[in-house]
Amino acid sequence: MPSDASAALAPGRAPASAARSSSLRRFARRRSTVAFLMTLPLIAVIGGLVAWPASYAIYLATLNRRMTAFIGLENFDILLENETFRGVIWQSCFFAITAVLLKALIGFWLAHMLHHIPSKGQRKWRGMLLVPWVIPPALSTLGWWWMFEPSYSSINWLLNAFGGPSIPWLGEPWWARISVIIVNVWYGAPFFMIMYLAALKSVPDQLYEAAAIDGATGWQGLVHVTLPMMRNIISITVLFSLIVTFANYDIVRVLTNGGPRDLTHVFASYAFQVGVLSGNIPRGAAVSLFMFPLLAVVAFFVLRGVNRRQKEMA
Amino acid sequence: MSEKGFTLAGVTRRQTLRAGAGVLAAGALGAPMVHAQGTGGTLRFAFWDHWVPGSNDALKELCAKWGEQNRVNVQLDFINTTGNQLQLTAAAQAQSRNGHDGISLTPWDVGAYADQLEPVDDVIQRLVAKYGPINPIAEFLGKHGGKWRGVPATSGTQTKPACVRFDLMEQHAGIDVRAMWPAANQAGPGADTWTWDTFLTAAEKCNAAGVPFGLPMGQFTDAVDWVGALFLSYGAAITDASGKPTVRGNAKLKTAIEYAVRLSKVLPNDVWAWDDASNNRALISGRSALVFNPPSAWAVAKRDAPQVAEKCWTIPMPAGPEGRFLAYLPYTTGIWAFGRNKTAAKELLEFIGQRDSSEAITNKSGGYDIPPFDSMADFKVWEREGPPVGSIFNYPLKPHHKAKYSIAFSPAPAELASQMYIQALNTKVIARVAQGGETVDQAMGWLEREINNMRRG
Repeated sequence: MPSDASAALAPGRAPASAARSSSLRRFARRRSTVAFLMTLPLIAVIGGLVAWPASYAIYLATLNRRMTAFIGLENFDILLENETFRGVIWQSCFFAITAVLLKALIGFWLAHMLHHIPSKGQRKWRGMLLVPWVIPPALSTLGWWWMFEPSYSSINWLLNAFGGPSIPWLGEPWWARISVIIVNVWYGAPFFMIMYLAALKSVPDQLYEAAAIDGATGWQGLVHVTLPMMRNIISITVLFSLIVTFANYDIVRVLTNGGPRDLTHVFASYAFQVGVLSGNIPRGAAVSLFMFPLLAVVAFFVLRGVNRRQKEMA
Repeated sequence: MSEKGFTLAGVTRRQTLRAGAGVLAAGALGAPMVHAQGTGGTLRFAFWDHWVPGSNDALKELCAKWGEQNRVNVQLDFINTTGNQLQLTAAAQAQSRNGHDGISLTPWDVGAYADQLEPVDDVIQRLVAKYGPINPIAEFLGKHGGKWRGVPATSGTQTKPACVRFDLMEQHAGIDVRAMWPAANQAGPGADTWTWDTFLTAAEKCNAAGVPFGLPMGQFTDAVDWVGALFLSYGAAITDASGKPTVRGNAKLKTAIEYAVRLSKVLPNDVWAWDDASNNRALISGRSALVFNPPSAWAVAKRDAPQVAEKCWTIPMPAGPEGRFLAYLPYTTGIWAFGRNKTAAKELLEFIGQRDSSEAITNKSGGYDIPPFDSMADFKVWEREGPPVGSIFNYPLKPHHKAKYSIAFSPAPAELASQMYIQALNTKVIARVAQGGETVDQAMGWLEREINNMRRG
């Protein structure tokens, strides 16, 4: 009987399972499905390491200090009413914009100089100039701190040796601001240099030759040939560096700890101080989230410009 | 059951899961069995990693001894506060509700994590019955909601009296600090004149002589602590016990700020950027006649600059109109409420809190560590350490000092005080006047707004 029953069921089951397997096969054969499956690990990584922490930070920012009650956007309101935090916004913008501009200018100048060195000697110069970028910043900043150290600054020792006055590098607000920018520029300029050097090498020589035939000076060649050809790479590197510089933590933390009078704090160092050290994690999360809209606006305009130029070139 | 039943091919997914659950259950049930055989399981503690080389050994030895006696495997991690490692560890463990059984907590962290710390009133009661009361600041920091949330620790706890170059002080300011505060349980002649006014005059003279007092005014603990003691000695509390600001119209606070601004004019011009090591360097290099510090600066000088160390003498902080206060920075050992072996953890902390244990800890640290019981201020280590012998006799608070321990921003509630402390509101209000050019009233207005802002949310 069981064998009869199974025999009776078999003809009905076979077409059903065949249909199911063929539809599975069709599903698997669809290119979008394959693409989705192949990107699944990446999606999981982004979800786990970017989306989830970001969502959790947003959630934390809506809690009260004890993390026991939902208070909506009150942490942001509290921060905006705080003079110290308004100073942090100003200092973060000043620090990031000044440092990125200087890094871009110095990086471009270095790249230009390197580009004109014969390729035989170029490699060693390139290697040496990249050294600041490859040293872990927490370590190199410690080195700078020793040079700026309030009482025994080696830079001041040199200045004194030449009859100059000692400078309160970290004790006076403007000097402290300049100090953190100097260290950030020293660390970050090689990145711009290497990116710009790569871009310079991709500019066709014929364009310069044509410009020279038309009687263009070196300056005109730079302004009308080099810069337009590098606009996209300049935009992308500036955007990338702006994001990284805005989120900088170690330089301020090691060099000034935000002082004097909180005047050198940037978002990340202030978020750490408020969130972790002062035990107010929701407000610390709110501080760190302030970067997001600022950078989103900048990223939108920069990337829109890059896309437009690419379309024009296409 | 046939042999075939054990082959992998014959086991279904469901059977495998069932078997796995059985193994887990057997493991869980097996733990108490091990316990019954005579071991008390494992305890994991995170202690502060001591600055003074070799000081961790005292805790290692004590824990090993207690572990042997009680058949408990005690595992210790020593975590330093450089880069705020210890604070980050506590924050991570509190968030994840997982980690060590007990942990050293910085002064305000006890309040921050009070809800997640096991009450230890029974341990404290037994210790107090033996050794008398715990000092009020350790109690203020360790007791929340009427319950002790940690046992005040000896290891790492420090005070910050004045470490004075007695030769320079006598030469330039005409004050013989060794006669004033001898290595004996009595004050010497002129001890009553050791006030902040005398201090300012001496600071001016030493500055004029090129050996200014090395007093940090930045945002690190040494700066916040000594300024906190100064403010309290002028009666200048900036909030009441409920956290409400008491800044507006506070004449005592205004006087304290004005005093600190005057004092800052005769300090090195870079004190606004000094960290906790800058004052040590100032003393050890011989450039400074006085610092407020535990004896670690003197201990380093003993090693690196013995000619400086042998001329150092520790004396209490100066007195103000409202009395003499001594900056105090204690550690408290807390037991996590989510810890696995809380009873054993309490027993260990009680053992470490005994007089013999505390003395062993203080001895190993060369006198650096201060026990929380006033009755333990007579350890011999403070009498015999030198050179010069007696240099740190007056490091712990003693009855003849007529002083009280203090912590900056008390009596504010812990969750507000920790923010004010970490953000160094007391040194910043001085800096806004002395460095930023604001009037005292403007700076006090800023201070009140900051406090109100911190109280929100």
